[in-house]
Amino acid sequence: MPALPAMTPRAADRVRRSRLRTIANRSAVALLLCVVAAAAYALTFPALSGRVVDDAGILDAPTKAALQRKLADFEGKTTGQLVVVTLKSLQGTSIDDYGYQLGRQWGIGQKDKNTGALLIVAPNERKVRIEVGYGFEGTLTDAVSRLIIENSILPRFRVNDFAGGIGRGVDDIIQAVSVDAEEWKSRAKRRPDDQPGFADVLTFLFLMVIFIIIVRRIARQGQPQAGPWGRRGRGGPIFLPMPGSWGSGSSWGSGSSGGFGGGFSGGGGSFGGGGASGSW
Amino acid sequence: MSHALRLARRARIPLLVTLAGLMLSGCGVNVIPSYEETAKAKWSDVQNQYQRRADLIPNLVETVKGYAAQEREVLTQVTEARAKASQIKVDASTITDPAKFKEFQDAQNALTGALGRLLVTVERYPDLKSNQNFLALQSQLEGTENRIAVARRDYIEAVRAYNTELKTFPGVLWASTLYRGYKPMETFTVAEDLRRPPTVKF
Repeated sequence: MPALPAMTPRAADRVRRSRLRTIANRSAVALLLCVVAAAAYALTFPALSGRVVDDAGILDAPTKAALQRKLADFEGKTTGQLVVVTLKSLQGTSIDDYGYQLGRQWGIGQKDKNTGALLIVAPNERKVRIEVGYGFEGTLTDAVSRLIIENSILPRFRVNDFAGGIGRGVDDIIQAVSVDAEEWKSRAKRRPDDQPGFADVLTFLFLMVIFIIIVRRIARQGQPQAGPWGRRGRGGPIFLPMPGSWGSGSSWGSGSSGGFGGGFSGGGGSFGGGGASGSW
Repeated sequence: MSHALRLARRARIPLLVTLAGLMLSGCGVNVIPSYEETAKAKWSDVQNQYQRRADLIPNLVETVKGYAAQEREVLTQVTEARAKASQIKVDASTITDPAKFKEFQDAQNALTGALGRLLVTVERYPDLKSNQNFLALQSQLEGTENRIAVARRDYIEAVRAYNTELKTFPGVLWASTLYRGYKPMETFTVAEDLRRPPTVKF
């Protein structure tokens, strides 16, 4: 603090105290922010052990295996990710709140498309929710999710048929997001930088065929004086530079979701609170 | 030899500039603008979700009118609150203007309240509740309220990071030198955030 010769000791003291108070106030605000931030992340989530995470233990092994197969099959066909999870507890929050945070935590769905969905069952709170990733919001709308819950899931849950309710729910969800497969494809085409679409594959094949024909022709000719590749050719291996996007090769396969083969993991998809909830 | 020397001398300035750039970005010179961009993106999410809700309302009001025309008061309240909320001009500058931000928040809260009352009123009309069109609208409305809650929370979190960066070391150094124009952003009050629309049981 700069020296203030004109000030009486009491005035200086007052100034110092008010400054201290400001600092204290600011620290309190900062502390409060920390607490709020900590509270926002206070939820704990079960480990993503597979496509069916039965934390509450309401499914038997054969049901689980059948569900796993169904979900893996769905992912293989559409690249969308669907996960069934049963929870021991919602930890005091609502299932809507828990659901989207769980989806984000696990990163269900492909990173660029966000095509993931969760079927969440909290048997102790008697709540169920379909949590829909951004990419599925167009097909698995809130209204459709609600209808699936009301018509397929809840009637079975009410008579304690969890396996039946979850099974039917999964079937309906798969149907809902598969109906618009055409829309899906066009969406993929509109964003060609994400993943090579069908047309790109065709172009690639076409270029490959031409490439092979050229190589074979040169190889067969042996002494190609006439052709434009004559000087470089001489029958040896020829490298034709491919257009940039094909050369790197890194754009292939990188966008696909993780988890084929060994363990299962989310692809990095995100959630924004789409879907519907119900209780029984 | 002299050629190499000349080359080194000519390359010196670009090299220094690159080095300085690297050192600056190491000190977090980009943090404030990038946090600002994130917060602005989250803000537009919030706006989108509120807009989505506003778009649902005319349809909802019409559907309810068909079954419960006598509930004119509640219906008018919803329509008026929507009109009022839509009138407020909102853009990126709203988030650094406390008065404008409060106006926006109050108008949206009023609409939330009016909608809540409408949904409670609807409880008294079993025919309406079993109407498929209404069911769809209602689940959309609930989904939208949930999305609003998520978007708001994401925005609050982004603003918290941005505002904290402006006030803490080393961000405070940049904020007081390079980024004098960067103002702290307004955020939603938490109390309102905890309020949820009444859930309608079937």
